[in-house]
Amino acid sequence: MSEAIRIFVPIDAAALSVGAEAVAQAIAREAQARGLAVEIVRNGSRGMLWLEPMVEVETPEGRIAYGPVAGRDVAALFEAGFQSGGAHKLRLGPVDQLDWLKRQQRLTFERVGVTDPLSLADYRAHDGLKGLEKALSLTGAEIVEEVRESGLRGRGGAGFPTGIKWKTVHDAKADQKYIVCNADEGDSGTFADRMLMEGDPFLLIEGMTIAAIAVGATKGYIYLRSEYPHAHTALRRAILKARNAGLLGASVLGSGKAFELEVRLGAGAYICGEETSLLESLEGKRAIVRAKPPIPALQGLFGKPTIVNNVLSFAAVPWILTHGAKAYADYGMGRSRGTLPVQLGGNIKRGGLIELAFGISLREIIEDLGGGTLSGRPIRAVQVGGPLGAYLTAGQLDTPMDYEALAGIKAMLGHGGIVVFDDNVDMAKQARFAFEFCAKESCGKCTPCRIGATRGVELVDKIIAGTERPKNLAVLRDLNKLMTDASLCAMGGLTPMPVMSALNHFFEDFDRPPAERLPLAAE
Amino acid sequence: MVHYPAWDQDEARSIVSGLSHLEGATLPILHALQEEFGYIDPQVVPLIAEALNLSRADVHGTISFYHDFRTAPPPRKIVKLCRAEACQALGCDAVVDELAREHGIVVDEHGGPEKAVVETVYCLGNCALGPSALVEGELLGRVDADHIAALCGARQ
Ligand SMILES: Cc1cc2nc3c(=O)[nH]c(=O)nc-3n(C[C@H](O)[C@H](O)[C@H](O)COP(=O)(O)O)c2cc1C
Ligand code: SF4
Ligand code: FES
Ligand code: FES
Repeated sequence: MSEAIRIFVPIDAAALSVGAEAVAQAIAREAQARGLAVEIVRNGSRGMLWLEPMVEVETPEGRIAYGPVAGRDVAALFEAGFQSGGAHKLRLGPVDQLDWLKRQQRLTFERVGVTDPLSLADYRAHDGLKGLEKALSLTGAEIVEEVRESGLRGRGGAGFPTGIKWKTVHDAKADQKYIVCNADEGDSGTFADRMLMEGDPFLLIEGMTIAAIAVGATKGYIYLRSEYPHAHTALRRAILKARNAGLLGASVLGSGKAFELEVRLGAGAYICGEETSLLESLEGKRAIVRAKPPIPALQGLFGKPTIVNNVLSFAAVPWILTHGAKAYADYGMGRSRGTLPVQLGGNIKRGGLIELAFGISLREIIEDLGGGTLSGRPIRAVQVGGPLGAYLTAGQLDTPMDYEALAGIKAMLGHGGIVVFDDNVDMAKQARFAFEFCAKESCGKCTPCRIGATRGVELVDKIIAGTERPKNLAVLRDLNKLMTDASLCAMGGLTPMPVMSALNHFFEDFDRPPAERLPLAAE
Repeated sequence: MVHYPAWDQDEARSIVSGLSHLEGATLPILHALQEEFGYIDPQVVPLIAEALNLSRADVHGTISFYHDFRTAPPPRKIVKLCRAEACQALGCDAVVDELAREHGIVVDEHGGPEKAVVETVYCLGNCALGPSALVEGELLGRVDADHIAALCGARQ
């Protein structure tokens, strides 16, 4: 009897959202009806989300991709011999030769879509745990130095050097230290954390464990947003497996060093992505932002020295330890070293996850890889870096993806989300939304944010309605300045970024005769 | 569809005591209660306060801070519709308008425990395949108003 045919059907939530479960079931049914032995592996997604559900079949020529596959296509696919890589109109070719993947530099996402996310054996077979093994042969200070030398900067948005944060926690003296992973991923337009947690959860566990070994922490928490039930399941299962395999627990890989890890769920509050608010939430309180100092590295969770890093920051570390700081730093430009998992969404033909060295231009990503808008209409605005990020014009797209280059045009990279809008967008409405979001999600601690956001909504409404426009535009600019200067955290402090960019780059949307707008508003 | 048992104070007490050993146990307890009963009945506040050595005001404050926690029995079904930027770029606001106009479903309007409700959320991590919705743990991409209305068991 021949060996079972291995067929890969993603279990990533985005793939499931367009029918991957039905496809997996149809394949199982059809194979059984045909008396074929198949092994269906539920892998992560390769990130080509417009091709999901994308099915891969293992053949002697490598893995052949088909997509987007619907349940009703499955019988015809078997008929065409897809189980041995046969021709069919959905056949995309060998996966590693797909242009979209070939153009990337996948370091953090090297295993996502390739392996079975919950198989520790598969993880090891694809270079997993090498970083941790390396770390266990080093002193804490040496691990920290390696991370510092790699140039890795926090991927959560602020871009703070990870090695420096780790050194602070390493040098702090305390009876207890904590490792906290910020998996709140609240920024609209971002999903890389989710894809990583669902597609390669052991990588996050390994990264956090290396951090724990480096600074002498014995307890870690992953603070996960409640909107991610699939990631929650993947993480819980992976942690259980890791514990059973001795990767977590009283003696990490037999080193005698303890590390325990737990997932904690958020409860639908955007502000919990801000690190001090997140710590309050982990402690069981209202998630009110803390004033800094003290910084969490010195007085974090329960007042103890704490590393708080984004999912992607931790997930970059095993590669750095395995291949060396220099190999990582060789990617990138300027002070942005390594790779960035970019998330391309909104009105885009080919959206998904693209991991690339820093420095590629927005235009290459949006036009070459993304293929322009899904609607086929001209691109009018692009928001980069989540709800607190700037709106850019089609003319600004030659800016490279780099922390400093974007800051130079009053924009920010944030968590690497790019959201594309076509020419139907109303930028006054987008500015209004930025305030509305801030008003809803403000923690309420400081007045410029709490009151300012509500004032902002009212002001934009007046401007749209044509009420005392010049005066209200001036007040709006003053309000933005006040919020920027006087807010305690970046929620209130950066809400002016989308607002001001809309106002400065798309002034015509704030200057239309109100009559022209009325039918729109009443729609 | 999820069916929840009626609130049971003894059961609630055992959920609270089963988790009170955790560090920062408040959120895990609240989630566990809501998962069991579909909501968090205010009569549990003193139990949590006592078990975790907190004031009742602290516990109440935590419950009221988070969008997720409900203090009254849940609607028959909750459809979370993303209304953040990437889904806006694909017309989620038009979906909201059409739901109201064609299906009589007003987003974020609760009609009591017998009715389904469509709630606004901001980003479900499915921003390349929007508009997106989350229904009883299942993520949906490329949704439209008819699809959402069907999920609600369309009225009218
Ligand atoms: C309003 C607000 C929301 C934030 N949301 C997130 C988030 O969802 N995920 C995240 O990793 N960082 C978020 N951050 C940044 C964190 O405060 C913090 O900088 C980060 O977790 C540090 O980790 P890193 O250095 O690895 O990026 C947010 C910050 C603010 C002000
Ligand atoms: S800026 Fe807003 S979210 Fe940040 S501390 Fe002030 S009120 Fe809270
Ligand atoms: S759950 Fe966040 S806005 Fe309602
Ligand atoms: S913005 Fe709607 S799923 Fe992310």
